[in-house]
Amino acid sequence: MDEKQFFTEKVLAAKADLSQKEIVDYLALIRHETVTRPVVYIGSGTCGKVAGADDTLAAINRYLYEKNIQAEIVQVGCIGLCTYEPIVDIQLPGKARISFHNITHELVEPIFDDIFNSEVPDDHVLGQFENKRHNRWENVANISELPFFKYQHRIVLANCGISNPDSITDYLARGGYQTYLKCIRNYTGEKICEIVSQSGLRGRGGGGYHTGEKWEMAHNAVSDQKYLICNAAESDPGAFMDRAVIEGDPYLLLEGIAIAAYAIGATKAYIYVMDEYSQAYFMLNQAINQLKEYGFLGYNIFDSGTDLKIMLVRGPGAFVCGEETALINSIEGKRGMPRPKPPYPAIEGLFGKPTVINNVETLANIPFILRYGPLQFNEIGFAEARGTKVFAISGKAMITGLVEVPMGTKIGDIIYKIAGGIKDGKEFKAVQIGGPSGSCLPASQLDLPVGYESLWEKGAIIGSGGMIVMDEDTCMVDIAKFFMNFLQKESCGKCIPCREGTRRIHEILENITRRPTGESGYEVLERFKGIMQLADLSEVIRDTSLCGLGQTAPNPLLSAMKWFREEFEEHVFDRKCRAGVCKELRLFYIDVDHCIGCVACLRKCPSNAIVGQPRQPHFIIEEKCIGCGICFDVCKFVAVKLR
Amino acid sequence: MLFDIEVNGKTIKARRGDTLLMALERNGIKVPTLCHMKDLLPSGACRMCVVEVEGRQGLIPACSHPVEEWMRVRTHSPRVVKARKTNTELLLSNHHDDCLYCERNGNCELQKFAEDLNVRERRFYGKKNKYKTDPSSASLLRDPAKCILCGRCIRVCEEIQKITALDFIGRGNKVQVGPAFNKGMNLSSCINCGQCVMVCPTGALAEKQYPAKLQDALHNPTVKTVIQCSPTLSVTLAEEFGLRPGKDIEGVMYAALRKLGFDFVFDTSFSADLLITEQATEFYNRLKSGTALPMFSSCCPAWIKYAEQTHPNLLANISACKSPQQMLGALISNHLAPGAGIKADDIYSVSAMPCIAKKFESQREEMTHKGITDVDLVLTTRELARLIRLNGIDIQQVEPELSDQPYQSRSSAGKMLAVSGGLTEAFIRTLHFVITGKETSDLKIQELRSTKGRKEYFVKIGEYKLGFAVVNGIGNIEPLVAEIKKGRTDIHYIEVMACEGGCVGGGGQPIHPENDNVKARAKSIYELDEKESNRFAHQNASLQDVYRAFLKQPGSDISLTHLYTTYEEREVMK
Amino acid sequence: MQATLDEIISRYKAGSREALLPLLQDIQIEYGYLNEEAILKVGQHIKLPSSKVYGIATFYDQFRFVQKGRFHIKVCRGTSCHMHGSSGILREVERVLNIKEGNTTRDGRFSLEAVSCMGACGSAPVINVNGEFKTAISIPDIALIIDHYKNTI
Repeated sequence: MDEKQFFTEKVLAAKADLSQKEIVDYLALIRHETVTRPVVYIGSGTCGKVAGADDTLAAINRYLYEKNIQAEIVQVGCIGLCTYEPIVDIQLPGKARISFHNITHELVEPIFDDIFNSEVPDDHVLGQFENKRHNRWENVANISELPFFKYQHRIVLANCGISNPDSITDYLARGGYQTYLKCIRNYTGEKICEIVSQSGLRGRGGGGYHTGEKWEMAHNAVSDQKYLICNAAESDPGAFMDRAVIEGDPYLLLEGIAIAAYAIGATKAYIYVMDEYSQAYFMLNQAINQLKEYGFLGYNIFDSGTDLKIMLVRGPGAFVCGEETALINSIEGKRGMPRPKPPYPAIEGLFGKPTVINNVETLANIPFILRYGPLQFNEIGFAEARGTKVFAISGKAMITGLVEVPMGTKIGDIIYKIAGGIKDGKEFKAVQIGGPSGSCLPASQLDLPVGYESLWEKGAIIGSGGMIVMDEDTCMVDIAKFFMNFLQKESCGKCIPCREGTRRIHEILENITRRPTGESGYEVLERFKGIMQLADLSEVIRDTSLCGLGQTAPNPLLSAMKWFREEFEEHVFDRKCRAGVCKELRLFYIDVDHCIGCVACLRKCPSNAIVGQPRQPHFIIEEKCIGCGICFDVCKFVAVKLR
Repeated sequence: MLFDIEVNGKTIKARRGDTLLMALERNGIKVPTLCHMKDLLPSGACRMCVVEVEGRQGLIPACSHPVEEWMRVRTHSPRVVKARKTNTELLLSNHHDDCLYCERNGNCELQKFAEDLNVRERRFYGKKNKYKTDPSSASLLRDPAKCILCGRCIRVCEEIQKITALDFIGRGNKVQVGPAFNKGMNLSSCINCGQCVMVCPTGALAEKQYPAKLQDALHNPTVKTVIQCSPTLSVTLAEEFGLRPGKDIEGVMYAALRKLGFDFVFDTSFSADLLITEQATEFYNRLKSGTALPMFSSCCPAWIKYAEQTHPNLLANISACKSPQQMLGALISNHLAPGAGIKADDIYSVSAMPCIAKKFESQREEMTHKGITDVDLVLTTRELARLIRLNGIDIQQVEPELSDQPYQSRSSAGKMLAVSGGLTEAFIRTLHFVITGKETSDLKIQELRSTKGRKEYFVKIGEYKLGFAVVNGIGNIEPLVAEIKKGRTDIHYIEVMACEGGCVGGGGQPIHPENDNVKARAKSIYELDEKESNRFAHQNASLQDVYRAFLKQPGSDISLTHLYTTYEEREVMK
Repeated sequence: MQATLDEIISRYKAGSREALLPLLQDIQIEYGYLNEEAILKVGQHIKLPSSKVYGIATFYDQFRFVQKGRFHIKVCRGTSCHMHGSSGILREVERVLNIKEGNTTRDGRFSLEAVSCMGACGSAPVINVNGEFKTAISIPDIALIIDHYKNTI
């Protein structure tokens, strides 16, 4: 009996008895719970590959070949510890799976030598996965007890980086698609909408709209054709959770999509993936083909009378296409410019038909909710925010990676307990949440629980879940400028406030962070006038922009001005950047005690701001200095100093 | 179904299914709009029409939001006005401050916004996008630097005219409007109808002008300047001087033109009569031989370019007659000049047209005979009005005069070319005479006077059962062409005018973004026809003289040399 | 062998607007950029005026209208990379190659693009040369990296 036959007849059939011992054993084998030969797992998500997983993999293959070891290699997705990639796990028969971090190709041999001699290497050990059936490794911590994992609650990421994302059988052996079959066999679309409503799930893409309500609206719309769109147009800088979910557990997402499509009565679903996510696209494509083969896609799925077709669309790169209506335009082959709402997509969306658009993380939560019931999901979380949220932590945190925490977890706990605090012992300054249109929160807000309303009250948003940690070396004006630059580039250009307004804000911020030599009185006046307009301009952009991108565009500026006003004022009035990031505002002076008059700085100064005689101490004329820092770099005697 | 909503503290009636803007307009509450276009779906781009709706966080665009029962609206609250003003200022911050040098100075929507919203100081400074003007087209001058990206030109070109020569290019604040590959308009599929100019709120799109050339000619004693005025002109020029739309100032116009210094002043209606006479004969010949039917009219140069680039296999079906402008131009060079003892070289032939495609037409190679162009310069209605103002002529004080001999008289049939369907009505009158030798008494054809994009009329003339189709707005031509290609044979003559309503709605007409004057202009033309003593083109006395003295008869060799033309397939970036 | 333009176009249904972006993407994969001929032909196939096709293509970052260099350098300008100094990295690449972002060197060897985030935030700052990542780089590294590719045949 081949695998497909086994699954369709013994596992997925309407009256399958999953408690039969031979089935249980076989499933455990597929899940790699019992192994008959060594299994090597390697993190091969994009983050792993960037860190050199391909070289490591080649080294592993070479090692196994040379030592003539028959082992299975499983390429898994990202477990969330991007800083620790490439991560390699080894599971010997009967032994617990043990995980190693930062395994570059030259480390393969020593580590593997130790393991195959049943010794635990001294370094690079991350931990072991505890399992009653397996013998523990001595003196190796359990993965689940590591601080990084201990405080997490993984629903969406449960299998990411652990199980084989390439294999449909692996997913099915973990109970995959049982939920979908339960839905199409036993539930009406209405019932599913109701369950999702009860669960309290809200959109994880930014808006926080109640998913169940959205579905109901589309479910109740009368139309010959409806569509479901999975929004994987993740292009915020510093956000990579959608990619990790797709690369780590594509079948979970696809099951969520299938359930959602059934619930609203859609027979066609689109997944809009950024074209840069080539691996994610490849894996989805492969998964869709496998699903077709097993009969989960196509006509009359498992004799239920349900049809579903899933199409992959490669997004050709525009941040604004994350906005629902822009995304619809893009799928339709138009310029990705937002449409006015109403009509809402749930009534009139793709090709004028009722359409539900959900983010990857939202849909990846669906199988859990339907499998364990809405209450189990609803138990997690706090206030109006139920369930968990995945955050992509990056910036100056000790650990860059993906974490999934219950809603209501304090921001500070995520940064300090899970991500290990700040790198290099520096001081925490701010955390930026919610992508380019999110906000920066200062240390005083670290006790804030994550949730929709709790953040809104502070002028922040959850957004898609980027969390960028900033230390004292970060200049908040520079960060605001960076985001405004991003937004002005990514504005679609349709409506005036967003197109022209973001650009003017960016220019005003540029003026703050620059010190043009020979700025005349009139120009200074202009610069100040610009600053006076910031708040006004922000308000109009927020009030009148067409889509979410514009309406939230002033957020990075407003939040930075709210929480870091002092730093702004320093830039404006004292012309000083305390982090030393805004180069042109740096003021240098020459310490006469150290300067020996070697004229190195004088020769290199591009603005002739340094004067002095050879072998005599030099001086910097402040009015001429453009703050480039070349003198600072060339001085061998540490005589040039930052004021 | 009507229901009440509250606007600015007062209750007004609104109709279900309407947008907020419609409801407000119906109740006489004015909200400024920029990107909005009547009869087209709202685009929601400009955010000028935002209003405050109680219970909503942001401001709401009135143009796209449906009106709902619960609404309490404030259309001019301080917050709303501030938003509109700021957005206007933002537009201005990326706009070239060369109003005084702009085509649309004084008739510019952006200026009007700035004025109405009390913009009195520059609040936003910063970089402005730098663009080059595109002078490549013979008819159109595109200046992207003045463009405020409302998108109306794109929509009129795509959704109404269905040409789609323009689109947005790029993204964000680098967006601009341009043809494919951002190349010159001359290479694009633009047919020069000028409807984009009519909807452009600023001076980003305008007709191509050569004021210096005309001034030189007018003040050069050795050059004889001749001007001809389109049949439409007399009923539209008045608007430029603040008079009632549709007011006929034919005589005054001629007098003013003489004051400008033109040596000869003619009415193109004369050559419209000539065209009708020639074309009726041409058509009758085709009818008799049964070839190249249906015959398409040829007086609209935008349609001709469209046919050349889109339907090269239909070119044989287009009447070979030149347009009235070119016919009169040819007569001036080849009949008037020898008769008056003037060297054709010394004539500077100008026409005043409601059209910018005529500029392109006058520069076609086929329109030059022995090195002499039929028409040297084409002015739009707007340009002519400006010229009159420039020369300090007070149109109110001018006594009417007649146009010059030898082309002085005209029929009202020629005048009818100004409106869609008018050509066909006039054509049928003469055709009746050509076929039966008798005049028809059935002069008013109501079927051809509606405002529909396509009109059809069937009539029996002599032994022939004939079908006439009238298309106005080039966007309406494709369905008809498809029907004919599929084998429809009951249509024998097709009048095509690229602009909606015909030449009264032409791209060279006065620009009044807020008022729709096309109907008033057409009405005036029809009234003129009612009152006219001669309503038949072939009965035009001057025309008969010209035939006797020069052309001999319709379709003669002399006619063929000077009054007929050819068409060629045209490669453009479709 | 390189698929001809017509072959690529014939993979998609004529007159289907939905096929426009995938079609342009396929052409770009094959040829590296979109030339005028491609846009005109796609327009004819999809039954969309070329002005529209061009307008749509210019909206998206992905589409290029000039040939890529032999080595295509992408500099990540994501937040994490920015905080680790990617603006300086970009300036340095621009300086070393003597071209601005978005352009190709005259000899056609290098082209430079700034991208918003490549998702390698853990290894910031990163650049990517023809798909190969260079992680945690510093300004002095740039000249060495580019030199390496200058000498690669």
